[in-house]
Formats: sequence, structure tokens, C-alpha cells
Amino acid sequence: MIEINTVTKRYGANTVVDAVTMTIAPQTITVIVGTSGSGKTTLLRMINRLVEPSEGTIRIDGEDILAIPGYQLRRRIGYAIQGHGLFPHRTVAQNIATVPELLGWDRARIDAKVAELLTLFQLDPAAFGNRFPHELSGGQQQRVGVARALAAEPNVLLMDEPFGALDPIIRAKAQDDLLAIQKHFGTTIILVTHDMDEAFHLADKVAVMDKGRLLQYDAPAELVLRPATPFVETLIGAADRPLRLLSIAKAAEVVEPGAAEGEPLSATDSLRDALSALMWSGRETLPVAGEDGTILGHVSLQALLQRAARPQ
Amino acid sequence: MSRWLPPFLRLGLLALLLAFLFRPAWFSGLLQPLVQDGAPAIYNQGDLLTLTLLHLRTVAIATLGATVVAIALAVLVTRPIGAEFLPLSRSLVNIGQTFPPVAVLALAVPAVGFGEKPTLIALFLYGLLPIFENALTGLTTLPPSVMEAARGAGMTGFQRLVRIEIPLASPVMLAGIRLSVVIGLATATIGSTVAAKTLGEVIIAGLQSNNLAFVLQGGLVVAALAVLIYDAFSALERAAARRMGRI
Repeated sequence: MIEINTVTKRYGANTVVDAVTMTIAPQTITVIVGTSGSGKTTLLRMINRLVEPSEGTIRIDGEDILAIPGYQLRRRIGYAIQGHGLFPHRTVAQNIATVPELLGWDRARIDAKVAELLTLFQLDPAAFGNRFPHELSGGQQQRVGVARALAAEPNVLLMDEPFGALDPIIRAKAQDDLLAIQKHFGTTIILVTHDMDEAFHLADKVAVMDKGRLLQYDAPAELVLRPATPFVETLIGAADRPLRLLSIAKAAEVVEPGAAEGEPLSATDSLRDALSALMWSGRETLPVAGEDGTILGHVSLQALLQRAARPQ
Repeated sequence: MSRWLPPFLRLGLLALLLAFLFRPAWFSGLLQPLVQDGAPAIYNQGDLLTLTLLHLRTVAIATLGATVVAIALAVLVTRPIGAEFLPLSRSLVNIGQTFPPVAVLALAVPAVGFGEKPTLIALFLYGLLPIFENALTGLTTLPPSVMEAARGAGMTGFQRLVRIEIPLASPVMLAGIRLSVVIGLATATIGSTVAAKTLGEVIIAGLQSNNLAFVLQGGLVVAALAVLIYDAFSALERAAARRMGRI
């Protein structure tokens, strides 16, 4: 659990982060969104003390972070940034081994961890371990950057626009990988982005920041249904509200008994994808299949429209 | 790369230089037309090989000293704690470069006497600037995302310096050392005016006795050394840079 209590950061007369208070539950993904200069990156960087707060306290699992020397704190918290920041003179394996080496793990444990992470990120350890970062594609570099951040098995992972430099196809893949990784390790992830689609795709909770202030900190659906300020409404995009609602629910949630014609949807598809498939196929209903391929029932256009409508 | 001599030229030059240093007599026929009747064509007041080694030793010691001091200074002024010394150290190093080596020799002789010492002082001061400026450039132009990642991974200031900053800045630093060595090789010859044992001795002897062959062989040996060492450093820089995917 991460408790951020009235944290403020000032540079001279300029207040970059203004009395932000929020509590982040363990093993969840929190996404901080906001425009450039909203203070979202500064807030993130205060959690691993790359920036020292001017006021307020931050506790991780009850421990005040100011009680731990900055460099030791950072070895316990994963950190992945835009443009990956891989060390160009060290191989992929050496890059991933950075924090374990700093912590003084023995060689065998480090090698095993590097191999495990490379495999998890779909990079063959034998083929990629000895390559240098410049020999990888952008998507591979980004995966190695996240693998490096996770190498010392941190409970908390901070990510600063980690997918900002990727093209849309690789970005979608990277986001799905991140969700899988988060399930696998149970890491608490705090991610900064200005991409609302990304936020809605990943977040358990979204924190909206503007001019240093935390405007709203809520589940994605709450943000759509009950925006705290006009700014939050604008950021989400008023016209996109029904689609945003559909994008955060799964087909399994609206499945009704009964058969239907057509190509089955997957139970884990978002309702937005389901709507898209219904519209494209020109049908009123489509079947839904579970992970094992058995037909669970069907979704109807009617159910989706109800789901997307503003609650009365 | 145009600054790279093709390998065979490099090897040929090295073979020629070694042949001349070990068997100068082979070349006397070649140099004979340059001298007046009866004068020797090959330097005969000392061993050419010994002079060359002493010349290289003088340059090596002075450059090593300049490298240690200049890089230490560049590291110091790029730390937060030393940032305010940047303008001061810049001017000091610049003064070292503006002072002509001959003037340094003239001023140093009364203080430390004749011989190798004043030459070392002059070469050391003259060599500081290129190494310092290059080290400074290398250390201040590191990719920000890499430095951010190094801090974020929990490296201490010293670990960042040793594991990240110096390795990444090394190609640019090597370029500075290369410049300094080449300047030093040429400048060391004037050390012989204050009795330092360098190849300048050969040139000065030639000038004094009006022996063109002496002047030429002294000059050519220095030039060959400079070209070969420049070349070796360029290869080192390239190897260091290639490792980082800069080429």
C-alpha cells in the first residue's frame, strides 16, 4: 500500500504538485493522467525520491520513504521510463541484471532471473541475452526496459509514459503484456500517461491531475459517470463517454442465455469490441465463447446500448 | 572512414619506421644526396632508437599526467559539488594552452634546471586543454534517459560515474587524449633546446651543422610516430563507439 499524504512540491514560487493525497491499494494498477505540466511526472518521481517533496509524507507499506536513503529506496522500486533508457554499452542481460547486481545477488540467482524475465517477455535468452540494446527493435528495447525494472522483484513499479515511443500496434501488445505481468507478479503499478485510451485500458483506478492538483481519483467508470470537474469531463471527452463505459467492461458481464448466429466473441473481449463486431456483422446478437471455446450464451445490441446509456 | 589509413599502408609505415630505427645504415644511400661532401648521412651523435624511445617516454609521461589531471578536473566540475569551479578550471586550462611551450621552457629552466623536467612541464600544460574540453563534452552530453534510468535503478553517484558516465564518455575522452598526444609528439622536439633527450636533438644537430639529412630524418621519425599513434587511437575510439551502437 502506498499512502501519499498532502504532498507538495515547489520550485521557488512555482507549485508543481499541490497538496496531493491519495492511497494506492496493493496489487493494483493506478494510472495518473493529465496534460503536460500537470505535475503527474513529478508526483511519480517523488515516490522513489528522484524528486524530494517540499511538504507532506509518502509511506510505502507503512514505512516513511524519507527514512530510507534514496538510492536504497530506488533499488526496491521498479522504474521504467519513456525511451527505455537502456545502458548502450551493456548487453541486454547486463542491463536486466543492473539492480540485482547493485543488491549483491549471487551470479547463479541473477542469471536465473534474467533468463526467467527474458522468457516471460518472449525474448529467447540465448539469442537476446548477449545483444546490445541498439541491436533490438523499439518494441524489444521497451520490453527489456520493463524487464530491467522488474528484475529485483519489486513490490512497486513506477512507469513514466513507458509506451509513449511505440507505434500503436506494438503499444497495444505492450499494454496487454503489462496486464499479464501484473497478474503474474502481483506488482503494484503506478503509471503516468496522457493517453486516455491507455488509462482506461490498464487502470484499476485513475488519478486526474491538473495544475498540480489531484482533481479526481476514482475507478474509470466513476470518472465517466460522475466527473468531479468540467476539466475531468473534457479530458475524458464528452462525446466518448458511452464508448469509454463499454471499453472498461467485458463481454462476460452482459452475456445472456440463448444461442445466436455468427462468429463467436471471446468472454474477455471488451464491450466496445463487442459493439464493433455487432455493428460490422450487421446482426442483433452474437454468440460468446469462454476461454475453452464453449458457447456461454450471446450478447445483444440492446444490452450493450442499455449498458452504455447514462444511468437514470 | 577517410581518417583511417588502409591497413596495409599503416603496416608498411610501421615496418619502414622500425627498419629505419634498427638498421639506419640501410637508408644512408637514400639520404646521401642531401648532405655536403664528407658529412654523415645518418645521425651519429647518439642512437636513433634510444632517442625515439626517450621521446615517446617524455610524451607518454606528460600525457598521462595531463590525462589524469584533466579528467579528474572534468569529473569534479560536472558533479553538483564542483559545478561552481567550472569557469575557474576552464580559464586555468585555457591559460595552459595559450602559453607557448617555448615560453614555458624558458620560464621553467631557471626553476627546475635543464633536462627532461621543463619539457614535461611544457607538454603537460599544453596537453591539458584538449583532454579537459573533450572529457567535459563527453560527460555533459550523456543521453538524459540513460542517466535517469541509472538514478532510478538506485545507483549511487559514484556508481553512476564509474559504471555509466565514464564508459559512455570514453570515445570522446579518447579523442581528446589523441589530440593531446599528437600535439605532444611534435612539441617535444623543442625540448631538446633545453637538453631533453628527444628526437629534437637530431633536428637541432642538423640545423647547426647545415645537415639536411639530419633535419629530415628527425622530422620524419616524429611524423611517422604521430601518424601511427593517431591511427591507433582512432581505432580504439571506433571500437569503443561501435560497442555502443553509435556507428
